[in-house]
Order: sequence, then C-alpha cells, then structure tokens
Amino acid sequence: MLEQLLTDLTIFILAIFVGYEIISKVPVILHTPLMSGTNAIHGIVLVGAMLVAGTPEGPFVTALGFLAVVLGAINVVGGFLVTDRMLQMFAGKPRDTRGS
Amino acid sequence: MSFPHLSANLVRAAYLVASVLFIIGIKRLSSPKSARQGNTLASVGMLLAIVVTLLDRQIVSYGTILAGILVGGLIGAVAARRVAMTAMPQMVALFNGSGGGAAAIVSSLEYLAFARAGLPVPPVAQVTILLGALIGAISFTGSIVAFGKLQGLVTERAVTYPLQKPINLLLFMGILAVSGWLVAQGSPSPMVYAWFAGASLLFGILFVIPIGGGDMPVVISLLNSFTGLATAATGFSLHNYVLIISGTLVGASGTLLTYLMCRAMNRPITNVLFGAFGATAKVAGPAGAAAGAAGLAGKAVRDVSIEDAATMLAYARKVIIIPGYGLAVAQAQHGVRELADLLKSRGVEVKYAIHPVAGRMPGHMNVLLAEANVPYTELYDLDAINPEFDSADVALVIGANDVVNPAARNDTGSPIYGMPILDADKAQHVIISKRSMKPGFAGIENELFYDPKAMMLFGDAKDSVAKLIQAVKAL
Repeated sequence: MLEQLLTDLTIFILAIFVGYEIISKVPVILHTPLMSGTNAIHGIVLVGAMLVAGTPEGPFVTALGFLAVVLGAINVVGGFLVTDRMLQMFAGKPRDTRGS
Repeated sequence: MSFPHLSANLVRAAYLVASVLFIIGIKRLSSPKSARQGNTLASVGMLLAIVVTLLDRQIVSYGTILAGILVGGLIGAVAARRVAMTAMPQMVALFNGSGGGAAAIVSSLEYLAFARAGLPVPPVAQVTILLGALIGAISFTGSIVAFGKLQGLVTERAVTYPLQKPINLLLFMGILAVSGWLVAQGSPSPMVYAWFAGASLLFGILFVIPIGGGDMPVVISLLNSFTGLATAATGFSLHNYVLIISGTLVGASGTLLTYLMCRAMNRPITNVLFGAFGATAKVAGPAGAAAGAAGLAGKAVRDVSIEDAATMLAYARKVIIIPGYGLAVAQAQHGVRELADLLKSRGVEVKYAIHPVAGRMPGHMNVLLAEANVPYTELYDLDAINPEFDSADVALVIGANDVVNPAARNDTGSPIYGMPILDADKAQHVIISKRSMKPGFAGIENELFYDPKAMMLFGDAKDSVAKLIQAVKAL
C-alpha cells in the first residue's frame, strides 16, 4: 500500500516538473491552442472511465459509466479536432483567399 | 463481443509510450511550425492508450464502452467542426467541463465499488477518491457557468450578493468537514457521499458566478488545470500511471498558464477570483475611476469622418493596428486584413500590436487573425511593439479599450494601474474605432479618447472597416 503510494507520488512529482518545463517556453501567440491541446490531453480520463464502465454491476453503475465514457470521449475527440483546426491556420502557408 | 486480452505489462508499456507522445506533443506546441504536428502526436498517443485499454483484461463488457465512445466522439467532432473561432473560449470550457465531469464520475464509481463489495475504504484511496470527485465536480459545473457567461446565456457581469464570500467559505468548510468525516469513518457511506458530491457541484457554480465575463479566460485556464489534477487523482485511485502523468502535466501547465495570464494583467489571482472585477463598475465605480471621470467631464472627444481617417491611413508611412475583443465580436478580422493588404500595396508599413489579454483567451486574437490569413510574422507582442509607437504615424485601435488606457501608467488610483498597456498614445495620431463611449470591461473612463491626438470613429467595427476600405480605394 505505502509502496504503491510512494511510486504514484514519485511519478506525480516528476510530472509536475516536466509539465512546468515544457510549458514555460511556449510563446504567447500559441497560448490558446496550447490551452486547447492540453485540454484534450486530460481527456485521458476516458481511459479511467473505460476501466470503470467495463466492469459494470447493475443498471445504475452502467448508466454512470456510460455517461463518464461519453463525457471523456467528447473531451478527447472535440479537444484534438478543435486544436487541429486552430493550428491549421498557423501552418505558415497562407491559403490564397485574399481579396482583390 | 470480445477482444483478445493483452498482458498487464504490455498495457503498461503502451501507456508509457502514450505518456512520452503527450510530452513530446506539448513540447512541439511551442513553435508555430511544429505545433500542428505536436497535436497530432498527442492524439496518436491518446488513440494508443484507448486501444490498449480496450484490450485490457480488466474489461469484461464492451457494449457500454463502445456505445459511449461513439456517442461522445460524435458530439465532440460535430461541435469541434462547427464552432466559430470567436467562440473558441466557450468551446474549450465545455470540453474541459466534460473531462471534469468524467473524472468526478470515475471517482464516485470507485467509491461505489467499495460500498458494493462491503469493504472499508483505505484512507489513501478515500483521499484520492474525494479529491478527484471534488475537483472534477467543481471543474464540471464551473466550466458550464463559464460557458454560459461567454455564450451570453448567463449575465457576463460578476454576480454578487450579500454574504457571498462567507457563504462560499462556509460551503467549502462544510465540504472539507464531510470529507474528513468520510475518511475517519472508513466504511463507505453512499448517502453522505452523495451529499458531498452535490455540495461539490454547487460549489463549482458559486465559485465562478461572481467572476466577470472578461476574466473567464483565466477561469477556464484554472479549471483546465483542475480537470488535469482531478484526472491525476483518478490515476491514483486506479493505480494507472498514464492518468497520473497526463493529468499532472495538464495540471502543472494549466497552473503556469493561469499565472502568466494574471501577470499579463498585473492582477494577482486572488483579485481575479475573489475581486468581483467588473461587478460594481457601472453603478458606483471605485473612487479613482469616479474622480477620473469627473476630471474628464469637461473635455470633449473629437470625431473623425471615414474619408479623413482613410486619407490619414493611406498617406501614412507606418500604421500600427491594435485589435481588441470588439473586433472579434464584430467579426471584423477579415476586413481588417483586407484593409492592411490595401495599405501595404500603397507602400504603408503595417504591423499588428497584440496585447497579451486581447480577446477572451490568451493568444485568442492571434487565432482570429490567423483565421483571416494574417501572417503571424506581422503580429507583435507588447514588448516588441511598444518602442515602435514613437515612429508610427497612425495607431488604429479597433474594439480595444482598457489595453490602451494610459491610466494604467499614470493614475495610481485606477483599478487597472500597473497593467502593461500598448502605448498607442505615443503615435502621431490615434484613430479609435468603437461602437460608443461605453467603458471597457474594467468599467473605467479612458483618457486616451480625450487626447488631442485621438479621433473617434464611431460605429460597428466591421462596418467602419468596410467603409475605410472603400474610401482608401477611392483615393
């Protein structure tokens, strides 16, 4: 129990430092896609939702599990797609839709 | 339906690969050139994690999962495809709220699993379950309120009522007390847990309601990091490393981003969250603002005609455009780009000055201008552009207000004193396109409008820009 907790905590603490380091160099112009992109990444909670929804006991748990999977999937799919839509516009190769 | 099962070690190895892809993906987001690729890498990591989870031996029933992914995926895809770029902040809020809600439910189901098995909940599991549920629930309802405020479903103004802070504090202390009781109790008690969950959901609403619409970006960023932490907490209860790593990455980066946003406005996070900024501005206003307005009462603003404004722009050597939220609301970004192209074809040097909090999200203005095909090399941030106003003939302010208010520099009594601003007043001439004299989000008068160099171009931003384009062409 304690050993497990210490392993989890080690990973947690190290991830804090990694998260801080990789973000601190992002330029302001990319803050919105960054917020949206990291928002998609916490959609990983879908994995947790799948794990609890995959072992259902009774209709109440099944219903809640289903809801969790739906919410997680919205977060993942919507998050990545909307970020991609934004970043497409930063690609550097301007589409030629300019007016006369 | 059934799939072949993977060994637990293989699943863990795949989770490790997914975590690495997330880290590299976020890292790649730090440059406009590689950002899209970074997002793709992260989504590949996500797909990998989802597929191996489906093949995990713990999972015995697939129907619920596949149906859920299909429904949720469809909703997410349609929403992401349809949303207008100006509505991006509230879209991110909704996606974020979904994640928070999922984390809260996962934690609650973990708790129920103990109750059903009739087992006592070990203190560590109890704490991580309660944390995941509390933070996830706050993020869920808080994000929905933030969405409502940005979408105009709930008033944008900060909602305040008597005893607000004591009530919120009391509710929060109550939640902590119940949590403490649950941990001490050990044996699961679903009824008390339900009260705890309900109170957490309520707290999310009460937490965001008193914050004004203009501060929603900071709130969304904070709630984004909350969902990350709630996800990490579910990782602790499920002993799942990919949840801990990804949730924590988002928690840490979201916290840092929130801090950077507050710093750009020169307001401490406590002021954003508990200051009810923009609540009383219309009614009474802080003493400083009232005094400032009184001081300006005798002065008059100067109007400018479309033709005069067009002439000034067309014969300038250098024009700096300052876009604000008003531009986004009016959907004028395409027109502004067209005007800029027209000026450039006449040999005018055109640059865009982007304030860190322009728009409704940090970097939101950059996204809107990128949508209108403005090359990002023409966008300059505050530090880069401020020295250039001295040599600019015209500063064209479109739908921005507080970010060019010199009171932030001069008036120690002003609520925005100390906020870094764009030095529009240092240009030779300032043309301000604005709908009315209504104050901006901070609810204070802007002395720049009364500056002898300043000229007001009243009207809808999109409309004014279209007229400017015609007038410049006619020259």
